[in-house]
Amino acid sequence: MFKISDQQTVIKIFGFALLLLVLVIPTSMAYAQGEDPPPTPHPDEINAIAENLYCPVCENIPLDVCGTAACAQWRQQIADLLTQGYSEQQIYDYFAEQYGDAVLAAPPARGINWIIYVLPPVAIFIAAALLLRSMRTARTATLTNRTQGAIGKEYIDQLEADLKNR
Amino acid sequence: MTSENSRPPIAFWPRALAWLLLIGLLTLVALQLRTSQQGVLTSGEPAPEFTLTTFDGQEIGPADLQGKIVVVNFWASWCKPCEQEAEALQTAWEMYASRGDVVFLGIDYVDTEAEALAYLERWEITYPNGPDLRTQISHTFRMRGVPETFIINREGEIAFVKIGPFTSLEEITSLIDRLLES
Repeated sequence: MFKISDQQTVIKIFGFALLLLVLVIPTSMAYAQGEDPPPTPHPDEINAIAENLYCPVCENIPLDVCGTAACAQWRQQIADLLTQGYSEQQIYDYFAEQYGDAVLAAPPARGINWIIYVLPPVAIFIAAALLLRSMRTARTATLTNRTQGAIGKEYIDQLEADLKNR
Repeated sequence: MTSENSRPPIAFWPRALAWLLLIGLLTLVALQLRTSQQGVLTSGEPAPEFTLTTFDGQEIGPADLQGKIVVVNFWASWCKPCEQEAEALQTAWEMYASRGDVVFLGIDYVDTEAEALAYLERWEITYPNGPDLRTQISHTFRMRGVPETFIINREGEIAFVKIGPFTSLEEITSLIDRLLES
């Protein structure tokens, strides 16, 4: 049997509990948000970086399609670094620092690496210059031959005419 | 008059540049071929100098290894054959650790640190281990794959090279004992 005073106490307790809920729930939600682990990187995001890396163990196979245990570990390493907030460039720098420039699909232009950036344009330039020169020479030769051919025909006609007139 | 005779002569500098490029390129190719054809270091060759920074930040350099017998083991956590010798290497290390003139060094090749540390913990390896940063140490030893072990004598020369895993503890200790006796 409830007395009025008991009812009031219950109401007070209920009110207090409600107040607690109102105060505590948003705080706990915010706390939970703060503690949430960072989202796991999407495989596409990992592969986009992995395709620009090469594991020294499996030569000439990009990391995104390499099936060895070493490559699987490296892909996991990319995922971990992405989770830690590393940018794409920072991940490339990390791998180059750990395993050397040879793991990068596009090695930085330093040291002997300069050759791969300088040599192709220079070779193309030299080849283009040689091609241009050959074309010019061929054109000059053709023109000379045509001219020589014209003189020759004229000369022959003149010769024939002279012979007829004799 | 032929077409060859009508071709203007190429100036000296373009010709010199083209030859220089060609010679330079061939030299590079030759050097690369020479390096790749050399194979791993062999017995009698001087051991390359290197500095290993261990996983716990300790630096071990040539001064620390001078006059000692050094067992340099290349391994990786993803390397299954490495597991075959892990226990024997640790046991061998425990046998010689108190002497002070035998050093074991583990060089972790192309590995991730978390996996490497887990491997060391799993096999209870206590001798100094560190990553092969930028794969420089493996390059100087002209290493071809893991596991590979180089045993260096007191004179700083390569005494033994083991390609692949050691099959027993005796195999390791017999090589070290031979160097200790000599």
